[in-house]
Amino acid sequence: MMEALQLPFMQRALLAGLLVGGLASYLGVMVVQRRLSFLGDGLAHAAFAGVALGLLLHEEPLWVAIPFAVGVALAITWVRERSHLGDDTAIGIFFAVSVALGVLFMSLRQGFAPDAVAYLFGSILTVTQTDLWVMGLIALGVALLAPLWSHWAYATFDRELALADRQPVLFYDYLLAALMALVVVVSVKVVGIVLIAAFIVIPAATARLLSRTFSAMTVMSVGIGIFSVVPGLTASYVLDVPAGSTIVLVQALFFALALVLRR
Amino acid sequence: MAAVAVELQQYSVRYGEFQALREVNLSVPEGAFVAIVGPNGAGKSTLLKALLGLERGSLRDGPTQVSGTVRVMGLPPRQVPPGWLGYVPQVKGFDRSFPALALEVVVSGLRRRWPFLITAPERKKAEEMLDRVGALALANRRLGRLSGGELQRVYLARSLIREPRLLLLDEPATGVDVVGEADLYRHLEAYQAERGATILMITHDWEAAQHHASAVLVLNRRVVGYGPPNEVLCHECLSQAFGHVGHGHHLVLGGSA
Repeated sequence: MMEALQLPFMQRALLAGLLVGGLASYLGVMVVQRRLSFLGDGLAHAAFAGVALGLLLHEEPLWVAIPFAVGVALAITWVRERSHLGDDTAIGIFFAVSVALGVLFMSLRQGFAPDAVAYLFGSILTVTQTDLWVMGLIALGVALLAPLWSHWAYATFDRELALADRQPVLFYDYLLAALMALVVVVSVKVVGIVLIAAFIVIPAATARLLSRTFSAMTVMSVGIGIFSVVPGLTASYVLDVPAGSTIVLVQALFFALALVLRR
Repeated sequence: MAAVAVELQQYSVRYGEFQALREVNLSVPEGAFVAIVGPNGAGKSTLLKALLGLERGSLRDGPTQVSGTVRVMGLPPRQVPPGWLGYVPQVKGFDRSFPALALEVVVSGLRRRWPFLITAPERKKAEEMLDRVGALALANRRLGRLSGGELQRVYLARSLIREPRLLLLDEPATGVDVVGEADLYRHLEAYQAERGATILMITHDWEAAQHHASAVLVLNRRVVGYGPPNEVLCHECLSQAFGHVGHGHHLVLGGSA
């Protein structure tokens, strides 16, 4: 692994994995505790539709997928806030529509699309300098928004009490959904569409099993999200398999350990 | 003449087709302890939410129509500093799966945000509040490990830590045993005596209303009766509020409802 890290594409892969792992596991604590685990899947498939549209239009997929997924995230939140449909139903509808649109865009594109497979399962070694810049900017944005943690946490703990204390809960909901969408889109190359939800859910769920407080859960989730990347990427390099798969399996191992070890 | 803590004039709330409150007129002087009684769906919680500025409720219930005026300490509810209001919601609405210690719940009442870390002065103040409601031993207990009665104490401490001028409680005695209930009223009365605070409490326990409240509000979407407990908790007004009060029921007034 050490000599592998001399290779620029491996350096980019590691940095991308760490950024994405940290971001997804940070926002994941809110998502898991709000029982919105399915949101990650829904947004991943919105990203798929966005990528497919980008490929169809011969644009850089990232620039099409970002607005597309953010739009879907806001729409899901809008439907959730305004109807008695369950969260899973609201997400499920957008999930299905996104997949349908993705398939449509892929089919309209002439010829075979080999790059589409890379998006489904991830190809961390193809992460570009631009991808890293976008990830870095999002990470910077989320870091600058760190004070929001206590507002999101308050509304997660008790929405009504947060509203009674004049918190703009609705605005923070939309912001969380939009950030989730951004993180999901930039994670596509690293983990692949099918496995993104794991990056959001598994570290947070593992941390939940081991934590007595929400702040401890957050710190532990980010720790697991970041730490899983190194052994995962190493295994991926050694076994020559997609990194998304091996990183998720490392996370799952932590989850299994937590299940056994929790008091 | 005491200042007016809560004033409603011709206040109505309608959720879609459902008329939750109809032309409510109410004036509560500062320092009063008002028990709000009425059947299920009588708009009791809606009234408390109106005082918190939350009458619009969830967008899921369709358009909300509000008319009339509400004043809390002379201000429209949304302009009242949140620190003036202490709110203890119904225990059944609490999400106990949230990883939190009782102490953090109390500190959240002080900060009005969720604490990432608790400072030493915050800890001291929160412990004082828990001690005051006889729950100091619960400080480092997890939310999920608290009984209904213990949770009520923690939430009461949470609402008292900001030293509110107006305390709003939604069925605080539900799920609390008899000893806990006596304690609850003792703590409320002690706080009121100390700070001259106003208390509005929804309850189904008419006996408690009679013994502890300075006034009773009988609500059934409109004001059915409002005044000193002995005058309001009469057979006629209650049968008006509840539609049918059997002979067995009005005897309940002196018993345990």
